[in-house]
Amino acid sequence: MAILLFAEHDNASLSEQTAKALTAASQIGGDVDILIAGKSASAAAEAAAKLSGVRKVLLAESEALEQRLAEAAAALIVSLAPEYDTILAPATTSGKNVLPRVAALLDVMQVSEVTEVVSADTFKRPIYAGNAIEVVQPTDATKVLTVRTAGFAAATDGGSAEVSPIDAPSNGSDLSSFIKNIQTESDRPELNSAKIIVSGGRALGSEDKFNEVITPLADKLGAAVGASRAAVDAGYAANDLQVGQTGKVVAPDLYIACGISGAIQHLAGMKDSKIIVAINTDEDAPIFQVADYGIVGDLFDILPELARQL
Amino acid sequence: MKVLVPVKRVVDYNVKIRVKADNSGVDLANVKMSMNPFDEIAVEEAVRLKEAGKADEIIAVSVGPAQAQDVLRTALAMGADRAILITVDGTVEPLTVAKLLKGVVADVAPELVILGKQAIDDDANQTGQMLSALLGWSQATFASEIELGDGTAKVTREIDDGLQAIEVKLPAIVTADLRLNEPRYASLPNIMKAKKKPFETKEPGDYGVTVERRLNVLRVEEPSQREAGIKVSSAAELIDKLKNEAGVI
Ligand SMILES: Cc1cc2nc3c(=O)[nH]c(=O)nc-3n(C[C@H](O)[C@H](O)[C@H](O)COP(=O)(O)OP(=O)(O)OC[C@H]3O[C@@H](n4cnc5c(N)ncnc54)[C@H](O)[C@@H]3O)c2cc1C
Ligand SMILES: Nc1ncnc2c1ncn2[C@@H]1O[C@H](COP(=O)(O)O)[C@@H](O)[C@H]1O
Repeated sequence: MAILLFAEHDNASLSEQTAKALTAASQIGGDVDILIAGKSASAAAEAAAKLSGVRKVLLAESEALEQRLAEAAAALIVSLAPEYDTILAPATTSGKNVLPRVAALLDVMQVSEVTEVVSADTFKRPIYAGNAIEVVQPTDATKVLTVRTAGFAAATDGGSAEVSPIDAPSNGSDLSSFIKNIQTESDRPELNSAKIIVSGGRALGSEDKFNEVITPLADKLGAAVGASRAAVDAGYAANDLQVGQTGKVVAPDLYIACGISGAIQHLAGMKDSKIIVAINTDEDAPIFQVADYGIVGDLFDILPELARQL
Repeated sequence: MKVLVPVKRVVDYNVKIRVKADNSGVDLANVKMSMNPFDEIAVEEAVRLKEAGKADEIIAVSVGPAQAQDVLRTALAMGADRAILITVDGTVEPLTVAKLLKGVVADVAPELVILGKQAIDDDANQTGQMLSALLGWSQATFASEIELGDGTAKVTREIDDGLQAIEVKLPAIVTADLRLNEPRYASLPNIMKAKKKPFETKEPGDYGVTVERRLNVLRVEEPSQREAGIKVSSAAELIDKLKNEAGVI
């Protein structure tokens, strides 16, 4: 058995999500190779080589792979596929963009957002925004999976795999081209790896208020900032902060939901957090049904008070 | 140019679904069904392209049971020009849907296919990417903005660390994210008019596709439930609990 892990990285560094997906790959069992598709990505490849449990790191570099555009990245993975019986990637926007394309080119069904490896060929995955869990067994010869990383611990360093440069096929690379990334710069921890998340909802009322009450508390706690869809839609917070069925799925040690009602689509993204705190004026808000600690009250009083006392 | 919009009939997003006691699936008896929310966004985008004079025909297509004609009627009422229903009972996996859609593309010859990014029942997030692969077309997933140019489209995509702008060659596959637009409600006169719009019914065999399952669903389980915890009355009490009881700060 050999497994190919399509890595998440930004060329300069390897994302922790790759290390988490590696844990899922190790649970499936077999030799795991990591594919770094990028450009000037030797730093990411070196970081992947240091993870323990890696057989080798394949480094493919080209213009079209710099941003891992779907057409070029899928063509690359398909060219490597005969050597592997499982191909997986963390369920990041990049993994979700590329892997179904690979699956279709190989004429196999993908298993999306695996949360648990039951055995080498049986996986659990959430459906209906996490309100049910499907236990599935793919019957195709090649298994293609994306892994929801929140439930897997990151593999640790300690390996010393070899990095082998490989050629990138050029097919597909003329179909689309990269223009630019519009990234939100922030020195806060990333949502996906943060131990603590302070998350704000529609109740914040404006971008200014959001920054005025959520940010100081997040600063005090060294926390990442999250948001409900309502807060993102209203422009109080950036789109990449959205937590939920269609945003990020997180499982920090502590999730503080402020002025968030607890719609199922929001719960889908945070209900596996270790401790959940809810602050809401409505004592019947559904968020309290999943909260370990709740405060019924006005967040504009409580959050500054928390920040002061911490 | 023609725009094809695949729409799926799914459990309404407000319904709290229940897992069947025998773990064979989810109980769908007497549950409200609607158009997948992302597909409403896809239809809306197509209608706006037509209103802007950039598209001249919108074809809505659904793969599903006879009742899926309801979501197609909704698409027609929102502004689609004609509809195709490919009738299949039971679950159809994204790979099969993509193969059927490839057949529809061959018949209809659209230059743009706008799908939802994800169906909220299977949460698969695969069909658009798969269709794009089968056609050998360009793909732009998770779109929050589409600007049609000459033979190309500029698409802004929602990615994990912000937004990404790419340019794709037409014909292209685009999948709609939530912030692409705010879908309209169909007005009563438009619902009436929709009843007269062309509506075709097809079978998978018409496209030479056999419906088969590649994923064996062994069981469907209830997710682990959280117990509601306790209410605390002040910031000080909360800090104390988080430090001394939960040990998370
Ligand atoms: C297909 C689909 C996908 C979706 N995906 C997501 C997703 O990924 N993530 C997501 O979050 N949502 C998602 N949604 C939207 C979701 O259904 C809810 O609409 C959304 O989560 C509501 O956000 P909210 O809790 O901030 O707002 P509301 O539901 O309006 O809740 C605001 C809460 O603030 C409380 N409040 C008001 N004032 C105060 C105050 N001063 N102090 C304290 N509390 C106060 C109120 O009591 C209320 O409970 C999705 C919806 C659809 C249809
Ligand atoms: N049975 C279907 N009929 C029509 N369109 C579908 C069907 N299944 C999926 N789609 C389209 O593909 C998108 C993604 O679905 P999925 O890959 O199942 O998450 C949906 O938003 C629809 O646009």
